[in-house]
Amino acid sequence: MPQWLFAFLAALAIIGALGTIMQRNLVHCVLGFALVLIDLGVLYMGLGAVTVGFLQIIVYVGAIMVLFLFVIWLLNVQADAGVRGGGLGLKLLGTLGAAALAAELAAVFFHAPKLSQVRTIPPDFGSIAKLAQALFTRYLVAFEATSLLLLGAIVGAVGLARRLAVQTAPAAATPDRLAPAANDAPRKVA
Amino acid sequence: MRPDAHTRNLLASDSGVTIELAIGAIKAVVMVLLVMGLTTLMLWFERKGSALIQDRIGANRANVFGLGKRLGLPNFGVINTVLADPVKMFTKEDFVPDGADRFLHGLAPFLALFPVIITFAVAPMGDMLRIGKYHIDLQPANLDVAALYVLATIGMGVYGIALGGWASNNRWSLLGGIRASAQMISYEIAMGLAIIAVVVTYGTLDLQQMCRAQGGVWFGFLPRWGILLQPVSFLMLLIAGIAESKRVPFDLPEGESELVAGYFTEYSGGKQAVFMMTDFAEVLLVAVLITTFFFGGWQVPWLYRDGFHFPGGAALMLPNIVVALMQFVAFWIKVIILSCLQILIRWTLPRLRYDQLMRLGWKGLVPLGLLNLVATAFVVVVAGGK
Amino acid sequence: MTPVSYYMALSAILFAIGVIGVMVRRNVIVMFLAIELMLNAVNLAFVALGRRIGSMDGQVIVFFVMTVAAAEAAVGLAIIIAMFRNRETVNADELNLLRW
Repeated sequence: MPQWLFAFLAALAIIGALGTIMQRNLVHCVLGFALVLIDLGVLYMGLGAVTVGFLQIIVYVGAIMVLFLFVIWLLNVQADAGVRGGGLGLKLLGTLGAAALAAELAAVFFHAPKLSQVRTIPPDFGSIAKLAQALFTRYLVAFEATSLLLLGAIVGAVGLARRLAVQTAPAAATPDRLAPAANDAPRKVA
Repeated sequence: MRPDAHTRNLLASDSGVTIELAIGAIKAVVMVLLVMGLTTLMLWFERKGSALIQDRIGANRANVFGLGKRLGLPNFGVINTVLADPVKMFTKEDFVPDGADRFLHGLAPFLALFPVIITFAVAPMGDMLRIGKYHIDLQPANLDVAALYVLATIGMGVYGIALGGWASNNRWSLLGGIRASAQMISYEIAMGLAIIAVVVTYGTLDLQQMCRAQGGVWFGFLPRWGILLQPVSFLMLLIAGIAESKRVPFDLPEGESELVAGYFTEYSGGKQAVFMMTDFAEVLLVAVLITTFFFGGWQVPWLYRDGFHFPGGAALMLPNIVVALMQFVAFWIKVIILSCLQILIRWTLPRLRYDQLMRLGWKGLVPLGLLNLVATAFVVVVAGGK
Repeated sequence: MTPVSYYMALSAILFAIGVIGVMVRRNVIVMFLAIELMLNAVNLAFVALGRRIGSMDGQVIVFFVMTVAAAEAAVGLAIIIAMFRNRETVNADELNLLRW
């Protein structure tokens, strides 16, 4: 990847990341993060990891971020008013600490990559065949474990939602929601 | 991406680079113009076709100085849909509601259109065209992971719709946007499963290679088209594709009897036209994908690289340029037929209920797709490769 | 060619921004996004270094991280929904039932 392209993509990624944590509106935060994700996908492709780059866009941008948007709209919390950050001291401390961390990481990384010679990269490096070969031979057990993980996550997510449905069912079934009900005392009446 | 050997040879010389760039630019321009033109054609077919189906006359008023009438031609409404409607649309007031997110409201239609248009970059319009020493691949961008690219761009398509609904600051719009995001994520999975089954069948992610693999015949006469190998995938991709383009019977996001107009309630003028164009471009896109995966892409039955070889044994030799032209035309004819099929479906079926939509997606198509994928993988392994 | 160290620096900066997000913002959804940002910063380092040593392992690990992130998003957002329904807030500072 030529350096000007890297500089452009890096600047875009940093702008997107800053937008993610600085925007007041939650939808704008999610969009900033989607920008970072697409940007990183392009960077992966530039590094020869074409398959991973596309998977990043399919999985992250196409599915996970839409899920975030969906939840934000479902809860109707896009107006971030009232959710104030901690005190100014916390903000200052956090920023300083993170800046120190960034500096330290960057310094370490700048000195670290003497780890090996740059080998010639084979032309099919990062192709889906290579990735699949690694996944289904050396990493087969881990790959199968991720399927269990995903199954567990699905069951867990449905379980959390389902318990909710049982909780709110009596309240929803009551035609007059203003009628005092003993079982929904802790909840505010809408 | 990696340049193939041929491109690398050309890159050696400067004039080669210039000509190669020019060829790429021409391919891109041809593709975009064709997509725009066919989108307009679909618009016309939708209006006149729906009129025919509903026993109406349809658009028949606009004309240019009464020219058609003076020549004794019947008015087919072409001027209406191709000229009058767009001019009307783009000269209307561009209305942004109070309290809307102005930036995203303006960006959303283009965010919806852009991923659809760029997907056409990997549509293989034909095989190699040889002019002099140049071998032109009639696929605008030859990408060896094109199937993943298609899934990625389709996945990004949901943003424009969902954000358009949200940025309008209108309950109907927001409901439409939320419905669209849930619907599109759900049917993307079915679509992915259908495409993966095809990928497993042909053993490649490259759309051009898939088309090449569909050349030749079975039993001496039957074209080797993918629909005969993957009929289940074909049906799944057709259903999921219509759901992705949010048209009847899956038009819950805009359902006009429930949500006014859904996500584009607050849009008018040019932006509304862009949303409409997205709709028809998606119809075309689904048709392109189905053609490529299941109807041989640019393959013409019994047409080979050097000409026709008919089942009876007769042969008709043709020069390369004629073959390439026939492939090009065949591809777009197939696409137009499949687009018209989608428009017929749109004017025939009633809208689903939302629970029916979700049940069809998650309890119907997804398990069916998984079964189909397992069966495909089994057959491919038993048959030993292809 | 861009040296690997540039990618590593970008990765470090993105990771630090993620850390700031978790520390400064009190909205659980933004904190969640910031955590995902840190995961992605590490992914970038994996891909860059994997290319540097000419090995596919970096990309394989990115694949696994993506899977875990997807599972995490599903469960995490379900938890946020459950939390919001019960407490009607997404402010981490107000979720102090277990503190005394």
